[in-house]
Amino acid sequence: MNSTMDFLLWVRGPAFDVAVAIFVIGVLVRLLEIFLLGRRPYLSEARGSQLGPGLKTVATRFLAESGTLKRAAFTVIGGYIFHLGFFIALLLFVPHIELIHATFGIEWPGMPTPVIDAITVVTLVALIGLLIHRLAHPVLRFLSGFEDYLVWALTFLPLLTGYLAFHRLVNPYPLALGIHILSVEILLILFPFTKLMHTFTAFVARWYNGAMAGRRGVES
Amino acid sequence: MAEARTLGESLRHQGVSRRGFLKFCAATASVMALPPSMVPVMAAALEKARRPSLIWLSFQECTGCTESLTRSHAPTLEDLIFDFISLDYHHTLQAASGDAAEAAREKAMHENFGSYLLVVDGSLPNENNGYSTIAGISNLEMLKQTAEGAAAVIAVGTCAAFGGLPHAAPNPTNAVPVSEIITDKPLINVSGCPPIPAVISGVLAHYLIFGQLPELDALNRPLAFYGQSIHDRCYRRSFYDKGLFAETFDDEGAKKGWCLYRLGCKGPMTYNACATIKWNQGLSWPIESGHGCLGCSEPNFWDAGGFYRALSIPTADIAKTAGYAAATGVALGAAAGVMNRRKTSAAAEKHEIVTVDDLEKSS
Ligand code: SF4
Ligand code: SF4
Repeated sequence: MNSTMDFLLWVRGPAFDVAVAIFVIGVLVRLLEIFLLGRRPYLSEARGSQLGPGLKTVATRFLAESGTLKRAAFTVIGGYIFHLGFFIALLLFVPHIELIHATFGIEWPGMPTPVIDAITVVTLVALIGLLIHRLAHPVLRFLSGFEDYLVWALTFLPLLTGYLAFHRLVNPYPLALGIHILSVEILLILFPFTKLMHTFTAFVARWYNGAMAGRRGVES
Repeated sequence: MAEARTLGESLRHQGVSRRGFLKFCAATASVMALPPSMVPVMAAALEKARRPSLIWLSFQECTGCTESLTRSHAPTLEDLIFDFISLDYHHTLQAASGDAAEAAREKAMHENFGSYLLVVDGSLPNENNGYSTIAGISNLEMLKQTAEGAAAVIAVGTCAAFGGLPHAAPNPTNAVPVSEIITDKPLINVSGCPPIPAVISGVLAHYLIFGQLPELDALNRPLAFYGQSIHDRCYRRSFYDKGLFAETFDDEGAKKGWCLYRLGCKGPMTYNACATIKWNQGLSWPIESGHGCLGCSEPNFWDAGGFYRALSIPTADIAKTAGYAAATGVALGAAAGVMNRRKTSAAAEKHEIVTVDDLEKSS
């Protein structure tokens, strides 16, 4: 009968430690591997600077290209919603800020809890919509592999379990909270080895694209 | 001993007026979240209720639960119920001691077999029977004996309900709650360390009125009192929602009455009636007095990672782990980078330049 509290203590203790270690080591190894591979030496003379266009591309690629937006409006808009929602819930929910404050000593103001609650619902709906779209669309479905569904689940579960814990829809509470933390730990552990790495590599790729184009004096 | 007098007669005997009696009924109804229309029904039922026999067994406990229940000021519902009930055996409250006390227990059990209520406070040592005995009888043995003829068992306090303090790590006596020993009787857990007096009297009143135990939650606690979390009923909740926290017990935030989450408040995991019924005759309650909830009505609250650490905060030193992991990651990443470079340059070295002539020659 003491198992749910023990479970919570385990996910808050050793499991959290292990998950954070795997996440940090995995992300750093993968990024360093990319950086240390280096770039081919440029043999031509530079026609423009790399810095400005590089940074610009990092920023401008946040906006979808208008053709893509027209052709795949649902995917693009749904994508925006769930990315934004996920990060708002992750970084602006008061207890999450508390966790970061307690572990790293840094903090920032959070959003009112009822607002986060509403955003979470919208995010969950967007993720479900995107999954249905992926399954219903023959081309998307053809292009999707196991990993795509895995990363969907890894993103969806922390939001869902967080919602369930916040509203006490799973009892006892230590179990609900424990499952939520566990789902985040699974996300952290698998993060470096899946497409979720795009959280970091997307910016690296954008930078390379922009910087390369800038050096050649063309628009990226 | 249980006697023929009904509660109504007994009250009139004590000089309680009809009006006073109805007031008690209304108070009980509101405490148990019953609709006002139930008050006359309750009054009628209580009027006719027969004085039940109650045996109270104390095992590995601190007497805090009994203290709590007897600390109510007259005239209260608690008094009323306790005056009415025939408390035939209770170590702390009975006058008799030694053999006479045990004889009283046996007599009550014998005379009211099948109809007496058994209240237990304290957990049971489930390892060595010598850890706790009463009149030479082990706790385990006494509980089993006494539960046999009980109509229902009420586990009062977190020790009896979930093991409580004796069950805290490393649990030297292998303490277990009543529910692990008695499995064939209606059982109700009135948890809390200690429970609120009105909760226990409310449960007893419910039993007297309806002849059965009230509706229970998954942990066998009466839903009327344990149906909502402290956090959901806390008057500091708006500060929590806004992210305004007291950092210490005497800072500006504390003075302004901000949320105590950061000081380890366990309100979010705790189901109890403190926020609504309050303590000391409704005077105040722990969070109103400036201290976070300890989660005392929940299983294993002693071992929830520290009273002054919020439930969601990792217990391990994550910053340290992240630091070590970063160093390891950089080292491994650098090693992998070097290996990848070697691979690339080895491949470049092995690269042979093939010309059209070479191809033509070989064909
Ligand atoms: S003081 Fe405790 S119970 Fe009240 S809102 Fe804050 S965390 Fe919740
Ligand atoms: S506020 Fe919490 S710890 Fe305090 S008595 Fe109530 S349930 Fe127990």
